Amino acid sequence: MTATLALDSAIAPPNGGRWAIEAIGIDKWFGSVHANRDVTLRVAKGSIHGIVGENGAGKSTLMNILYGYHRADRGEIRIDGKTADIGRPADAIALGVGMVHQHFMLVENFTVLENVLLGAEGGALLADGRAKAHAELERLGRDYGLEVDPDSVIEDLPVGIQQRVEILKALYRGAETLILDEPTGVLTPQEADKLFHFLRVLRDQGKTVILITHKLREIMDVTDRVTVMRRGAVVADLATRNTSKEDLAEQMVGRKVKLGGDKAPANPGAAVLEVQDLHVADDHGKPRVRGVSFNVRAGEIVGIAGVSGNGQTELLEALGGIRPAASGHIRLKGREVETRRPGLTARVLRRMGLGHVPEDRHRMGLVHGFAAYENAVLGHQDAKRYRKGWLLDRARMVNYCGDWMKGYDVRPDNPLLEAFSFSGGNQQKLVVAREMEHTPDVLLVGQPTRGVDIGAIEFIHKRLVAMRDAGKAVLVVSVELDEIMALSDRILVMFDGRIVGEVSPETATERQLGLMMAGIAEAT
Amino acid sequence: MAGAGKAPVWVDLALVPLVNLAAALVVSGLVVAAVGQSPLEALEVLVTGAFGYGEAIGYTLYYTTNFIFTGLAVAVAFHAGLFNIGGEGQAYIGGLGVGLACLAFGGILPFPLMLLVAIAFGAAFGAGWAYVPGWLQAKRGSHVVITTIMFNFIAAALMTYIMVYVLIVPGQQSPESRQFDATTFLPTAKQAFAWIGVDIAASPLNLSFVVALIAAACVWVFVWHTYVGYELRVVGKSEKAAVYSGISPARHIVLAMAISGALAGLVGLNEIMGVQHRLLLNFTGGVGYVGIAVALMGRNHPFGICLAALLFGALYQGGSELAFSMPQLSKEMVVVIQGLVILFCGALEHLFRPQLERLFARPLPART
Ligand SMILES: Nc1ncnc2c1ncn2[C@@H]1O[C@H](COP(=O)(O)OP(=O)(O)O)[C@@H](O)[C@H]1O
Ligand SMILES: [Mg+2]
Repeated sequence: MTATLALDSAIAPPNGGRWAIEAIGIDKWFGSVHANRDVTLRVAKGSIHGIVGENGAGKSTLMNILYGYHRADRGEIRIDGKTADIGRPADAIALGVGMVHQHFMLVENFTVLENVLLGAEGGALLADGRAKAHAELERLGRDYGLEVDPDSVIEDLPVGIQQRVEILKALYRGAETLILDEPTGVLTPQEADKLFHFLRVLRDQGKTVILITHKLREIMDVTDRVTVMRRGAVVADLATRNTSKEDLAEQMVGRKVKLGGDKAPANPGAAVLEVQDLHVADDHGKPRVRGVSFNVRAGEIVGIAGVSGNGQTELLEALGGIRPAASGHIRLKGREVETRRPGLTARVLRRMGLGHVPEDRHRMGLVHGFAAYENAVLGHQDAKRYRKGWLLDRARMVNYCGDWMKGYDVRPDNPLLEAFSFSGGNQQKLVVAREMEHTPDVLLVGQPTRGVDIGAIEFIHKRLVAMRDAGKAVLVVSVELDEIMALSDRILVMFDGRIVGEVSPETATERQLGLMMAGIAEAT
Repeated sequence: MAGAGKAPVWVDLALVPLVNLAAALVVSGLVVAAVGQSPLEALEVLVTGAFGYGEAIGYTLYYTTNFIFTGLAVAVAFHAGLFNIGGEGQAYIGGLGVGLACLAFGGILPFPLMLLVAIAFGAAFGAGWAYVPGWLQAKRGSHVVITTIMFNFIAAALMTYIMVYVLIVPGQQSPESRQFDATTFLPTAKQAFAWIGVDIAASPLNLSFVVALIAAACVWVFVWHTYVGYELRVVGKSEKAAVYSGISPARHIVLAMAISGALAGLVGLNEIMGVQHRLLLNFTGGVGYVGIAVALMGRNHPFGICLAALLFGALYQGGSELAFSMPQLSKEMVVVIQGLVILFCGALEHLFRPQLERLFARPLPART
């Protein structure tokens, strides 16, 4: 530790307590990437300890070392004050460390009970362990307010409850310290609040929680202490009450950040995207968008707020030409769009001047195994400027991509690297660059900053506003209220497949929006 | 697994396959020893049989030609995310196309034109035979693995019918067509070299080998350097990304299958137009299936496929030499050895890779 670090704690734990976990002087390399640099983290027993940092700061790496997925190249780990040699997750579990992953590791068609038992059957005969587990689950549920029906099947449960099962699984295995790596990425704000409630209960019962998130509001809400990481190193370790969102953001990025940016009032022109009584069904034929009408004018950003799963995904896919509409009309720049031929319309729409940053960047926005430059032309691969006669002009594509990577601050700015090797924020910037640089008149953006770090959020927001100021129409769908409030010129709230109201970001409050999103209140 | 560093490319592309091949040979040696023969002698016979003298090389390359075509066929489908097991049937029907072209136009068209027409027919027949499973997959969701296997059987039955009832020379016993006009015969390597005054040993090796190499180059250009090839690869990697970007998976699945079938169909060029000079039954002899192993080992890259095809060509030629000069090693034993090569080079691809990669990983950069 160097003197420049903002460490305000001495080496002894607060209030005469003990350290649950100490990681001292951890170094970890992945090839030439120095993912953890001399990292020291001390977590007091019975506390909620937050770790924040931009994508790629090394948070997950540190946690994976604590949980035995990776071995540190250097450094020491102590659990309950004793040096621990953690070679694999089983060692960590035996020492009372449990981990909840962002992508759940549950067997979808097993019941809750079976999932909890999996790998901890406790004997060759299931019946024995089963009865015991049933009782134990009930006890855990009671003690921590984590009630889940042990006999329901995982795939029938909402994401928030599935996460609860993951937590129960860890507790069932005797976890004293619980690591949660970006647990709220998949949750609605309401579900996240519930999660934080359990975490507080766990802490009050003497358990220790390590919470990784890039959402500063959550850190401020729920943690006792917070460690900030930047480029593999710890740059601050603070008591939460002594810091602020702005302060943390600055520590994370290494400079002052401004979210949302100051934007001038919109100067909207004619409607360029008109949607009329649109109905869209999901893959199972269930109606998800049920009669939606709105329009977006040139030079404005319209935000669609809503709890995820209320039809926003299907709406965006229908507008993007990915999913056929059941009925209704879409007009782009005054021209009627044929919405019933999947696959072909996305191409037609792009030619008509539509850009689309999809919600699902991993499965739609980028192609796994393709280099950045190949991904940078996806959807425009047949454009004249990328061709020399019949052949693709690789040098040209690489050139364009390199320019965009510089212009959109994609790091590292090497077009030949595989796009999936970039961090989430850089992947997203690449997708945003592609969709903006093909000069759309209308830009659809789904979850612009999901899984993206603060620096990139700031950047993407700035670009979206610049797009608007250049007279383009932008439609943003996001489950992040902060984001909707910061970006939109008009906010539409979607609930259960319908637009339940329109509010102006100047007058709307988070509370009012939250109630509308829950289908309780109307626009005032 | 997270390795400490990244191994150099040559480890991946050259060392790992060589080590796998060596392992296959060691195990084969044990098998040979187990039946009481000398492994070293067997290896010597195998290598000499494949490369030891002019005729051997000619035969090896003749087999290689077929494997390049079928290996490429598997690879093109693979890049679109499809597993085309139907190379065998497509080669069979492609051969029918080549044969029909030669029967119809032999003696009428001058050779260069005849060659182009035969290529077109072989490719078109093979493509047509693969188009149907492709269409069924794209529009009806019937899995190509299943349908292409079924089409192999249908092709066999269809060919038997055509040969026995339609193309057989009247009054003849064996179901074979009449011999083609001599102007259709593909020049052999011996003839070609004779033109430039070089005398080489006689073998079935013919002009189609050059066609195979050109086809490999074309596949490379098509898959990696045209936008249609790009779209094909997008479909192969992620149908969702394809739909998102306006690429129709259905269309590209059908297209990939047709191209795949066309490549397999060109086997007919080698076998029918180059060697047999008439249509007959069972001239494919399993080359479609070997193509799967070739593509697997060649990592679906045309260059790798050419090398893998050469290896399998050598195994075929050296193997028959082995069965001939060491009768104690039966033909089946040779098949076992070929199977071991497939096993180590294809299925057990990752057996030695992690160790080798770790061994040759670049040293970690010093701390700064
Ligand atoms: N298994 C791995 N192999 C190679 N590099 C990795 C691996 N895991 C993480 N990294 C690299 O280490 C750095 C830190 O990553 P990570 O710990 O996942 O960051 P965070 O969780 O803070 O976003 C990144 O540059 C990432 O690309
Ligand atoms: Mg992470």
